Amino acid sequence: MLTDLTLSEAQAALRAGTITAVALTQAHLERIRALEPDLHAYLTVTEDLALQAAEEADRRRANGDDSPLLGIPLAIKDVLMTRGVPTTAGSRILEGFLPPYTATAVQRLLDAGAVMLGKTNTDEFAMGSSTENSGYGPTRNPWDVACVPGGSSGGSAAAVAARLALGALGTDTGGSVRQPASFCGVCALKPSYGRVSRYGVIAFASSLDQVGVFGRSAADLAALLGVIAGHDPRDGTSMTLPVPDYAAALTGDIRGLRVGVPREYFVEGVQPAVEKTVRAAIDQLAALGAEVRPISLPHTEYALPIYYLIAPSEASANLARFDGVRYGLRDAQGALWPTYKATRGKGFGPEVKRRIMLGTYALSAGYYDAYYLKAQKVRTLIRQDFDRAFAEVDLIAAPTTPATAFRIGEKADDPLAMYLSDTLTLSASLAGIVGASVPCGFDENGLPIGLQIIGPAFDEPTVLRAADAYQRVTSWHSRRPPL
Amino acid sequence: MTFDRAMVAHIAELAKLQLSDEESERFAAQLSDILAYAERLQALDTEAIPPTASVLPLRNVLRPDVVEPSLPRGEALANAPDSADGQFRVDAILDSEGGAA
Amino acid sequence: MPAYEAVIGLEVHAELETASKMFCACAVVDSTSAEPNTVTCPVCLGMPGALPVVNQRAVEMGLRVGLALNCAIPPFSQFARKSYFYPDLPKGYQISQYEYPLAINGWLEIDLPDGMTKRVRIRRAHLEEDTGKLTHTDGHSLVDLNRAGVPLLEIVSEADLRSAEEAEIYARKLVAILRYLGVNSGDMSKGVLRIEPNISVRPVGSSEFRTRTEIKNLNSIRSLARASAYEIERQIALWEAGGQVQQATLGWDEARQVTVVQRVKESADDYRYFPEPDLPVLEIGPAWVEDVRMGLPELPDARRDRFMGQFGLSRYDAAVLVAEQAVAAYFEAAVTAGGDPKGVANYLTGEVFRLMNSEGRDRQDIGAIRLTPPALAALVTLVRQGTITHGVARQLVETLYAAGGDPAALVAAHGLAQVSDADVLGEAVARTLDAHPGEVARYLAGEEKLLKFLMGLVMRELRGQADAQVVARLLAAQLAQRRG
Repeated sequence: MLTDLTLSEAQAALRAGTITAVALTQAHLERIRALEPDLHAYLTVTEDLALQAAEEADRRRANGDDSPLLGIPLAIKDVLMTRGVPTTAGSRILEGFLPPYTATAVQRLLDAGAVMLGKTNTDEFAMGSSTENSGYGPTRNPWDVACVPGGSSGGSAAAVAARLALGALGTDTGGSVRQPASFCGVCALKPSYGRVSRYGVIAFASSLDQVGVFGRSAADLAALLGVIAGHDPRDGTSMTLPVPDYAAALTGDIRGLRVGVPREYFVEGVQPAVEKTVRAAIDQLAALGAEVRPISLPHTEYALPIYYLIAPSEASANLARFDGVRYGLRDAQGALWPTYKATRGKGFGPEVKRRIMLGTYALSAGYYDAYYLKAQKVRTLIRQDFDRAFAEVDLIAAPTTPATAFRIGEKADDPLAMYLSDTLTLSASLAGIVGASVPCGFDENGLPIGLQIIGPAFDEPTVLRAADAYQRVTSWHSRRPPL
Repeated sequence: MTFDRAMVAHIAELAKLQLSDEESERFAAQLSDILAYAERLQALDTEAIPPTASVLPLRNVLRPDVVEPSLPRGEALANAPDSADGQFRVDAILDSEGGAA
Repeated sequence: MPAYEAVIGLEVHAELETASKMFCACAVVDSTSAEPNTVTCPVCLGMPGALPVVNQRAVEMGLRVGLALNCAIPPFSQFARKSYFYPDLPKGYQISQYEYPLAINGWLEIDLPDGMTKRVRIRRAHLEEDTGKLTHTDGHSLVDLNRAGVPLLEIVSEADLRSAEEAEIYARKLVAILRYLGVNSGDMSKGVLRIEPNISVRPVGSSEFRTRTEIKNLNSIRSLARASAYEIERQIALWEAGGQVQQATLGWDEARQVTVVQRVKESADDYRYFPEPDLPVLEIGPAWVEDVRMGLPELPDARRDRFMGQFGLSRYDAAVLVAEQAVAAYFEAAVTAGGDPKGVANYLTGEVFRLMNSEGRDRQDIGAIRLTPPALAALVTLVRQGTITHGVARQLVETLYAAGGDPAALVAAHGLAQVSDADVLGEAVARTLDAHPGEVARYLAGEEKLLKFLMGLVMRELRGQADAQVVARLLAAQLAQRRG
């Protein structure tokens, strides 16, 4: 089946002329039609645009064009702006919104010939760990539709897992590509902060947000990252560093690579099957020649409180623009301030309101030093933990999440319990460094488990090399959900 | 730290969020829990630690003062819930509270 | 009643005359005349996902002002978000500077009416973005975002000013400097410059700070002076009556010439400032500062001192000439064309300013008048050489101001040259005295004030072209003869 190809395999087949972009796109659209009622991975499927783009890709290829993603069908998380295509960030406050411009990361995919299949579901404004906070209903996990796919990029993860796209873009603020990748048994990479332009990414927490990529292999991630990475003059926080050849980094050789295993990532609360499986994966890295050694990241326990002060604080400002004046929902009350309050009260869901409240409080007069400033200082300690660790090791390996996918509704009424499912991904976000998740096994219920590989800032090549080396000798990433 | 109903009302006003009674009550309890959890940060001595506002070493990222085309007005206004005479239209400001700088 | 003094600080918002906006590439246009919402983009509309990038020219202009105001430029400067909701503020926060402004601790020296000078301390100058504009209609408000994102420099003085007059002098001097620097036109009526005084009063000799009020929407420096004077009197009257000044933002009602309460501040605003995560910090090292300093033009005080030393002008005249860069340039052009500096200064600050005032013409537009600097120089030279009288020269200024032309040619064409030939003048004196025997008799009888009257008659007879000194001598001589 065409939808079972990996992105890299599809690239080769398109180049060889054994398949066409139109056939590949149609196969995905058909599967979307068949499975979407069960999964709800997409908020918008851009069928006509996709077919047009696929036809155009085939024409271009016939004319000798060999752009890197020519004819590759992809899914885009609905927090990335797409000109003329509805973009909601999973929020009712943006229902019907048609952006006047396209996010840089998406534009680079399109310029490279990619075919956009549609926009994927997300927790509202990327705030959540289950996609249950979407204003348009949850996405379901392809491995067990009673379970969540993780979040916030749950739609993208589920789409790639269910073969509803060859790859996808997500965004990761505290784990939002790695955690759903782990829950859905696919690969994802959160690049270093500053590696990919944030222009056109609907902001959640500006000092943490980063566009991430989903695929079914490390090679797929390398192909996507190579296209979207690089400096963008429209984003003052995007780095001018040259973009390395990520595909060339996939040598299969990790002999002598120093891999640290942080003891703080295997504390109580980590599901036994997760610990056992991840340790087995780390043993596999050792078998490939990596030098595995224990390390300590002593401030790990503070990542959660820091994150839940900094991210909501920034979010409270980022979401102030949703006032019903220039776009989005308006609940008119006949007078300005009542209209503002009604609009925002109605347009935002509970989790978003909770975080706006938390962030507004943390920034307000009299509390700033105790909360926001304190969190920023402890954030420095988290970074110093990693600086020390990376003086000794090249990579860090750990579970992506403490547990496998939970059931829909299970944690809906307990925000703190929900937040705790992010604990192992937050630190890398706070430090702005590279984090990937690759499938490494299943628990007793057949739910996927992810191995998290963390690398220093801008060392995406080494993270991808380790993931690829692991996948050359294992097949967890090739498993298909039973749909 | 307890996040009481009065604080919820004050913060909701700052954030221009209309909350139902039920929401206010729930948020008061949940935000109290979250802030209690965050209290553990206070145990750390950060006197000599500089804050991290950005993880990047970037300085002086500047744009040349060059004009580029703006959006056509129709596109600027296309998503507006209400507009008139080429402008965004909003309800009149009846009270003075919460106002401008 | 004790004597009171005012305690005034000024907060000035100056739009910077960059080509593009502070954080996006939209053009900066005259927002009073441009069609609404025609210069906007995702960034200044506050569209989701859009990001700001700092305009380098705006930073440089801010540094120019900072240095011109004798400020220190801290090595580290940071943007911050200032959160509040308003329909003219697209993002729900204004990107401003808070803890780490661009420039701090400066001063501006002003000349007081009593001849003394005073240093007014500048607390800070920081960069930020302007808001859009609201128009209120029936039951609705309309929002135009052309102005949203235009670069602003906020210049905050310490409360060092002690009267409305001092506030006015400070404001005029500041505007002159902004114009010299080429960063702002100073046009308050278009809102590109906004001056907001905060005012309190206290008994002279006291060092307390009483409750202050802030006045907004002043559309000229004259309004600033009037509104401040009004507010000072209002506060004094309140205290004297045993009342209290209430902390408030006031507006100036131009028609009624009174301040009116716009908003009472019951508690401090909570703007929830935090460092702007979308913008890396500015590090402005000594090399950059020196670079900007080297590029500064000669500023009004330096030019005034040079005019005094180089041209021997009085401090007052020099100060009047340099107050407007265009006037100073006009003056220097006339001097370069050969005009006597004092003569040029006299005609410029006298006749030319009078003519411009009567037309309601702004002094900064002096470059556009028909009387060119070389023509004024030539005119002054004609007077100095005795070719024409001061009276003729004044008429000529009017003619040249209205229609332009060459003074020497006009003098020749209309026979305006001064007459100093004793024979010609003597005849005119004789004619005049013959025609007014009664006045002559009264003069000779001791009514000496009639001398002036007779002198005037002779000068009129000679159409103002006579050498007055010669006429006076001849008149005295002929009267003496008639006495005899």
